[in-house]
Amino acid sequence: MSRLDVRFADCARDNRAALVTYICAGDPDFDTSLELLQGLPAAGADIIELGMPFSDPTADGPTIQAAALRALQGGQNQQRTLELVRRFREQNQSTPLVLMGYYNPIHRYGGADFIRDAAEAGVDALLVVDLPPEHDNELGPMARDAGLQMIRLATPTTDAQRLPRVLEHASGFLYYVSHNGVTGVGAADHTAVAQALEGIRAQSSVPICVGFGVRRAEQAAPLAQVADGVVVGSALIEALQQGGVAAALGLTAELAAAMPRQA
Amino acid sequence: MTHQNYRREADALGQFGQFGGRFVAESLMPLVLQLEKAYNEARAEPAFIAELDRFNAEFVGRPSPLYFAERLTEQYGGAKIFFKREELNHTGAHKINNCIGQALLARRMGKQRIIAETGAGMHGVATATVCARFGLQCVVYMGATDIHRQRDNVARMRLLGAEIVPVTSGTGTLKDAMNEALRDWVTNVDNTFYMIGTVAGPHPYPTLVRDFQAIIGREAHQQMLEREGRLPDSLVACIGGGSNAMGLFHPFLDYPEVQMVGVEAAGHGIDTGKHAASLKGGTPGVLHGNRTYLLQDGDGQIADAHSISAGLDYPGIGPEHAWLHEQGRIEYVAVTDQQALDAFHNCCRTEGIIPALETSHALAEVARRAPTLPKDHLMVVCLSGRGDKDMPTILGLMEEGK
Repeated sequence: MSRLDVRFADCARDNRAALVTYICAGDPDFDTSLELLQGLPAAGADIIELGMPFSDPTADGPTIQAAALRALQGGQNQQRTLELVRRFREQNQSTPLVLMGYYNPIHRYGGADFIRDAAEAGVDALLVVDLPPEHDNELGPMARDAGLQMIRLATPTTDAQRLPRVLEHASGFLYYVSHNGVTGVGAADHTAVAQALEGIRAQSSVPICVGFGVRRAEQAAPLAQVADGVVVGSALIEALQQGGVAAALGLTAELAAAMPRQA
Repeated sequence: MTHQNYRREADALGQFGQFGGRFVAESLMPLVLQLEKAYNEARAEPAFIAELDRFNAEFVGRPSPLYFAERLTEQYGGAKIFFKREELNHTGAHKINNCIGQALLARRMGKQRIIAETGAGMHGVATATVCARFGLQCVVYMGATDIHRQRDNVARMRLLGAEIVPVTSGTGTLKDAMNEALRDWVTNVDNTFYMIGTVAGPHPYPTLVRDFQAIIGREAHQQMLEREGRLPDSLVACIGGGSNAMGLFHPFLDYPEVQMVGVEAAGHGIDTGKHAASLKGGTPGVLHGNRTYLLQDGDGQIADAHSISAGLDYPGIGPEHAWLHEQGRIEYVAVTDQQALDAFHNCCRTEGIIPALETSHALAEVARRAPTLPKDHLMVVCLSGRGDKDMPTILGLMEEGK
């Protein structure tokens, strides 16, 4: 079983949703980023999404755009992002870590080389925003051979006819984008999300994490009732920027307290 | 050259060889697939084509003339130079050819809101124009730097009822405007049609923009046969994303005797790193939905392009150009800001035509090439746009004494 599979099984046993925290590697610098990364599991993060900064993040809102820019200005690159993962793994062997980002930095690194180095560093899965299932051949087969899971995205525009295509080769979890838009902007309609998850579960048993626009514990709590995991990103990045690592870890703890299921 | 079929449709992945594709977020996948289906249906329908033809004739003013540039020909003393006069189209550039086509498509698909990115503002003006004509809401994303250097076009778009959204991220140029337009599209998926202005972006955009622009080459073909009784020997066009070049070249691709030259912007010079020549100075990568040649660093971060011409100031190029480059079918060269400016002034005074700075890059290559060619060599250059919009840039430079 992969770290992700183990983690979702543990959460299900504890009757709670997994808290998935997104941070941008190297924001605002390598050392701060490492400190935050190392503190997240104890603060209550079940799964970590580590963003690979890219100059042109077209699916992200202003907060993550700015974080990527800060990271790049601080000298972050793909090599250093993998170095962050290695350093994290020196202390933590159980928390699943997903690298999330855009295809071009991986393409430039060389797909095969990147997958080899990512697997060696201790990465569990990749989520490449602009690599839809139609282009699975770019990385999918190599990643699966290396033991990396490929996280798929489903959105409100993914209709019933398209869903099987998205679910084919989906592993680790399915990232359900709660509403049409960019990260960190707008809010989810919980009823619509619950309905969409029902449709997906009819076709697949892969755990589903819901993200986009989840900022506070009171927004996360109702999603935790219906989803296998809840993703928070922009709000954590803002907390980090405003109050440093302590503030980001404080928010993580508040969000973690919203994960248990009521029933 | 052995005869090969270069006039191809993209494959099932939306690719020309390894270039192109549909590298977009999942939210946009259903939309680009829907667009592809709608376009394939439309282009097979005689009624759609007839309506497109009617608008091209009556609204755009097509066919555009093929003009013998007699004084320029005499000056260079070599090839016989012809201008394909796309700058005489309604709105002053080739961009309208594509916008009419996409507006008819948007209307067919029931989309009421149009978004577009623009660099020089010519695509923005053409988009605002067709939106006014078809009664569609129009939002144009434009880099803050470009808004400043192309302020006349900004005023024109506003007159036509478009909302201009300034983009300050990145360098505030075309690439950043496209990022912002994509973010709008992903947010407004239900009612919005993204009118891309060049032969780039996710499939089917490179194909459909090419098809709407190919009227340039089809007309030039027929006009040259009527005038000279044979095919041209060479074609020259400037390339940012590459839509006017693709429009002129594509109908001629399978005539091996016709040479083609695409002219990229070398800015201050390719060796200075301040340029916009993706093929001559870039490497393959994935941006804005397609794999193509890009200006990027060793980490895959997109580099800032530089060109005096806002319309060429883009770090990528259409994927079909990238493929034709690797096939060796089209020759790609680059000319500097200064060479383009020299050609600009020369065209104004020699032919009485004020060309766009984009177009002036093609004219600079003509200046380099024409004198070396025999007098019976027939050369067609795409006069893609007029230069009125560039007056602030040109006047600024003249005041600085350049």
